[in-house]
Amino acid sequence: MAEEKKPAPAAGGGRANTKKELPEHFKAYKHVWVAVEIEHGQVHSVSFELLGEGRKLAEKRGVELAACVMGDDRASLEEAAKACFEYGADCVYVVQDPALKHYRNETSTKVLTDLVNTYQPEILLLGATNLGRDLAGSVATTLQTGLTADCTELAIDDEGSLAATRPTFGGSLLCTIFTLNFRPQMATVRPRVLAMPDRQEGRTGKIIEFDPKLVEEDVITKVLYFIADRDTDKANLPYADIVVAGGLGLGSAENFQLVKELAEVLGAEYGGSRPLVQKGWITSDRQIGQTGKTIRPKLYIAAGISGAIQHRVGVEGADVIVAINTDPNAPIFEFAHLGIVADAVTLLPALTDAFAARLRVNRLAS
Amino acid sequence: MHIVVCIKQVPDSGQIRVHPVTNTIMRQGVPTIINPYDLFALEEALRLKDKLGATVTVLTMGPPTAADSLRKALTFGADRAVLLTDRYFAGSDTLATSFALSMALKKVAEEFGKPEIIFTGKQTIDGDTAQVGPGIAKRLDYNQLTYISRIVETDLDGGTIRVERRAEGGLQVLETKLPVLITMLEASNEMRRGSIENALIAARADVVTWNAQAVGIEDLTKCGLRGSPTIVKKVFAPTARTEKAQIVEAEGKADARAAALVEAIFAKAPAVESDLLENAAQHYV
Amino acid sequence: MGEFNKPFDAIVVGAGPSGNAAAYTMAKEGLNVLQIERGEYAGSKNVQGAILYADALEKIIPEFRDEAPLERHVIEQRMWTMDDRSHTGMHYRSDDFNEEKPNRYTILRAQFDKWFSSKVKEAGALVLYETTVTELVRDLSGKVIGVRTDRQGSPIMANVVVLAEGVNGLVGQRSGLRDELAPDTVALAVKEMHFLPRETIEARFNLSGNEGVVIEAMGTITKGMTGTGFLYTNEESISVGIGCIVSDFAETDVTPNELLEAFKNHPSIKPLLADSECKEYAAHLIPEGGYKAIPQLTGAGWIVVGDAGQFVNAVHREGSNLAMTTGRVAAETVVSLTRKREEMTAANLAAYQKRLAQSFVMKDLKKYKGIPELLHKNKGNFFGTYPKLLSQAMQTWFRVDGIDKVSKEKAIFRNFRETRTLWGMMGDAFRVVRAWR
Ligand SMILES: Cc1cc2nc3c(=O)[nH]c(=O)nc-3n(C[C@H](O)[C@H](O)[C@H](O)COP(=O)(O)OP(=O)(O)OC[C@H]3O[C@@H](n4cnc5c(N)ncnc54)[C@H](O)[C@@H]3O)c2cc1C
Ligand SMILES: Cc1cc2nc3c(=O)[nH]c(=O)nc-3n(C[C@H](O)[C@H](O)[C@H](O)COP(=O)(O)OP(=O)(O)OC[C@H]3O[C@@H](n4cnc5c(N)ncnc54)[C@H](O)[C@@H]3O)c2cc1C
Ligand SMILES: Nc1ncnc2c1ncn2[C@@H]1O[C@H](COP(=O)(O)O)[C@@H](O)[C@H]1O
Repeated sequence: MAEEKKPAPAAGGGRANTKKELPEHFKAYKHVWVAVEIEHGQVHSVSFELLGEGRKLAEKRGVELAACVMGDDRASLEEAAKACFEYGADCVYVVQDPALKHYRNETSTKVLTDLVNTYQPEILLLGATNLGRDLAGSVATTLQTGLTADCTELAIDDEGSLAATRPTFGGSLLCTIFTLNFRPQMATVRPRVLAMPDRQEGRTGKIIEFDPKLVEEDVITKVLYFIADRDTDKANLPYADIVVAGGLGLGSAENFQLVKELAEVLGAEYGGSRPLVQKGWITSDRQIGQTGKTIRPKLYIAAGISGAIQHRVGVEGADVIVAINTDPNAPIFEFAHLGIVADAVTLLPALTDAFAARLRVNRLAS
Repeated sequence: MHIVVCIKQVPDSGQIRVHPVTNTIMRQGVPTIINPYDLFALEEALRLKDKLGATVTVLTMGPPTAADSLRKALTFGADRAVLLTDRYFAGSDTLATSFALSMALKKVAEEFGKPEIIFTGKQTIDGDTAQVGPGIAKRLDYNQLTYISRIVETDLDGGTIRVERRAEGGLQVLETKLPVLITMLEASNEMRRGSIENALIAARADVVTWNAQAVGIEDLTKCGLRGSPTIVKKVFAPTARTEKAQIVEAEGKADARAAALVEAIFAKAPAVESDLLENAAQHYV
Repeated sequence: MGEFNKPFDAIVVGAGPSGNAAAYTMAKEGLNVLQIERGEYAGSKNVQGAILYADALEKIIPEFRDEAPLERHVIEQRMWTMDDRSHTGMHYRSDDFNEEKPNRYTILRAQFDKWFSSKVKEAGALVLYETTVTELVRDLSGKVIGVRTDRQGSPIMANVVVLAEGVNGLVGQRSGLRDELAPDTVALAVKEMHFLPRETIEARFNLSGNEGVVIEAMGTITKGMTGTGFLYTNEESISVGIGCIVSDFAETDVTPNELLEAFKNHPSIKPLLADSECKEYAAHLIPEGGYKAIPQLTGAGWIVVGDAGQFVNAVHREGSNLAMTTGRVAAETVVSLTRKREEMTAANLAAYQKRLAQSFVMKDLKKYKGIPELLHKNKGNFFGTYPKLLSQAMQTWFRVDGIDKVSKEKAIFRNFRETRTLWGMMGDAFRVVRAWR
């Protein structure tokens, strides 16, 4: 929405350039915070990535970097706090309560807004994960402040404000967004966009305990149970290390089997472009792209996919993109790292065999 | 039961182009579509309607032309369309958008009955923030259920709803009380094709149109650019990746070419190679 | 459900220029009109160069200039005869075309049709998009009484069905109203839109404000096939395309795409497109059979307008104006019958053809009735030999190389005669004149 701004009739286009004095009651807001994402006792790596970036922002501002951890289990909270210090936090707010066993919007929103109102940070960062986006939206609305989603770059400008840069219009443009007159300045960042900082073993800082005053009985939403992904045979494309996908270039549903076979040998997830879902060759949970899944594998192999922008935005986060396409001018070669101009229908089985052979040889050698 | 689905009319991102010189969006001839994510929400609402007999209202905030999207929603089988439009809304960020929409939703509740469920899409393809849904929930004090992949059960009498929510590493099965705001996960269903009767009703239907005043917004500084804490200072084109794909130029039969490709992949992604080998070793012990 | 069974006064199949003209005219006169379009919106499936001729639209919506999305008004027409490396041009530019109510405009069909469609709705017609008419419904006497669509549900009834479905005319064909298109009476045109900043276009074509240029081209660019190429300036883009008769494509092995690539890379065209970004590629048929190819236009409960009735003047590249005019005239016929409470019988609807015969539509098509065949039969000369000869003559004439002018003249004539017999050339000239008259 934000980037849709047209000059409003009254305010005029010039407003974007005028920096007003920060309202008095916001002047006390200091320090950079990262709301740490913990589910099932595990800290999401995006939180550490944010601490790495937050460290730089805090230093530029000459303030402290703090992390907020919440949960029900003492041991894992302490573990998390220790990790936060080692990844750069100066201070960790620890919130322990039985009602925080699972993430719930209601409880976490209350805790985080209370924390912000009590300790008043100037910048608050969250991961642009399902959890982070769920929480950030509610917190920003409650605090009535600005929130910039899915940033790809964070910086402090000359006037000390947070400059949050994010893609817009399906990735065709970038824009830099400021929250000048409200605090905290909030932003979310997608996993793996920022570099993982080095862990400084033994680094410590101060811990501040915070009592959230939650009463389970008052919480309306209950978590009945959790179905872990490994217990189902559902596709788990976003988190797969290797993804093999096919597109219309495969020509038929039968040929899609070749994609599955390669995925099988690589222990990879398989998926496809949107037309395949429409044709019924694959189920909709295996669609990759803007209206399907965003993936960030270490290796992505795309066979017979042209590389339309809607597909591209879903796969750009992959470390290595390999394209197999008969058309040397296919747009996918613009953003793939490795390409081969070949008929996928003949190359895929050969590729499956070649991988299988390599793995066998190495197994024998080891 | 009354269900409201918030939909947004967006430019079809595949056809958006950037002016090579001025770096501005060239909207000329770019068709608009219903935000694809919102269709998952709408279809879910229509399924509830089929099952439980609900009335489905679609709501959008946008320029007058957004009525086209509303009408299209009616062809799928929605019952009523509401357009919130006013020049004061121009330039709204997510906070201002959720404010305006929440005011419209209050008015919808007054006029047509309080919605037990409000649906939004997961996110839009132009704004792409996923913030408007949560913003509305907070302002209306609805229980918030985001990234819902399945509605397991709706108990109208008991006033509860059970859903599956996509979380890290699995699905949370949640139960909460109505009213709720649900943002549907993509690919959770597939939009139906409306019947000829739906199409005719849609073509005949009037779109309820409200401006800021009609929905009781008195403080216009909460709207549009003035009501938006975020400020866009710069819009620019991403630096194109200078490197194109390294093309594996192997000649010969498929197996020779495949072998060359495997080598090239492992050279580019050594980590993948070691992972694979490790896994292979474990599997075959 | 009762509401759905009440027949409409008219159903219009298609929301191109002809269908929109018909639906608008009828709705405006108070008829209960349903229009059905298979595209996602009006214009989504349409391809056109495109030049809009103001006159035809003005007769339907006099104030259209104030609202319609128009790109540039045409102040300059270039007619090019091309060989592989050159073009000989006839350019006409006049400040008279910078008039208050310009005569021709370039448009983008997607936007224009959408606008026209919005006017149709304003006039009170119901418009269904994303709905394809699959067949006509008839009563026992064979009279057309409604249509069936690809959506679930009952057929929709109407007193008359206006077939404005464009060149393919599948509904009409399937319902046995007319034969399949003959491949030697339709052209296949391919077209691209190339984006360029406004200032670049204006500098390149010597334009200011909303002035526009049109280039029509023929010659070796169609590789001996019957066809033409074109280039139109829009506000921030250029439409460029080329088309040839379908049966010619079938005879040669040339694909439309290759033809367009070659045309874009022609040394006379390439600099005009330099640094542009191609946005869309589209292919579409144009009915070019002319007068002789016009099918039966009316029957009990049905009436045909626009491209579906082969109403295109290929020589002057007019189509949309004939489409709008036939749409309007058909609508007026239906309106007058409805007013008089007369049945939509074959005999009553035949009034449409009488009206058409009085209009420029039939008069023009009749005048040129021999041209399509003539060009097609002599394509080797018209699209190969003559353009080459002309180019060589021009070059000989303009090149200053110490050879005296009399010798040059002789060389030119010798070249003409050696390549094509004098008799042959005179015959062609005679035939052109006769077909034109
Ligand atoms: C609002 C919107 C949202 C969308 N969301 C998505 C989305 O989330 N995900 C998505 O994928 N798409 C999405 N699309 C669709 C997208 O625009 C493209 O249409 C789609 O990605 C194309 O799929 P494809 O590459 O499989 O097919 P095509 O574009 O048809 O490409 C097929 C490719 O295969 C190549 N090929 C042909 N034969 C062979 C062969 N034998 N061997 C190897 N290569 C061969 C061809 O050269 C071509 O490049 C969306 C579109 C819209 C409008
Ligand atoms: C490349 C090209 C350039 C041209 N340039 C010019 C030009 O510069 N100037 C000019 O005047 N003319 C030009 N023409 C010709 C002009 O485009 C046509 O004559 C004109 O569009 C005909 O209008 P129409 O309404 O009859 O058909 P169309 O514009 O083809 O409209 C038919 C409509 O019916 C719909 N339809 C078809 N079947 C069904 C169905 N079963 N159910 C529901 N809907 C259906 C279609 O989707 C379409 O929207 C050009 C044509 C081409 C191809
Ligand atoms: N202008 C709007 N009108 C109606 N609904 C909207 C609007 N903007 C956003 N939404 C809803 O909020 C969801 C999230 O949007 P966003 O926060 O922009 O990604 C969308 O999928 C819509 O359901």
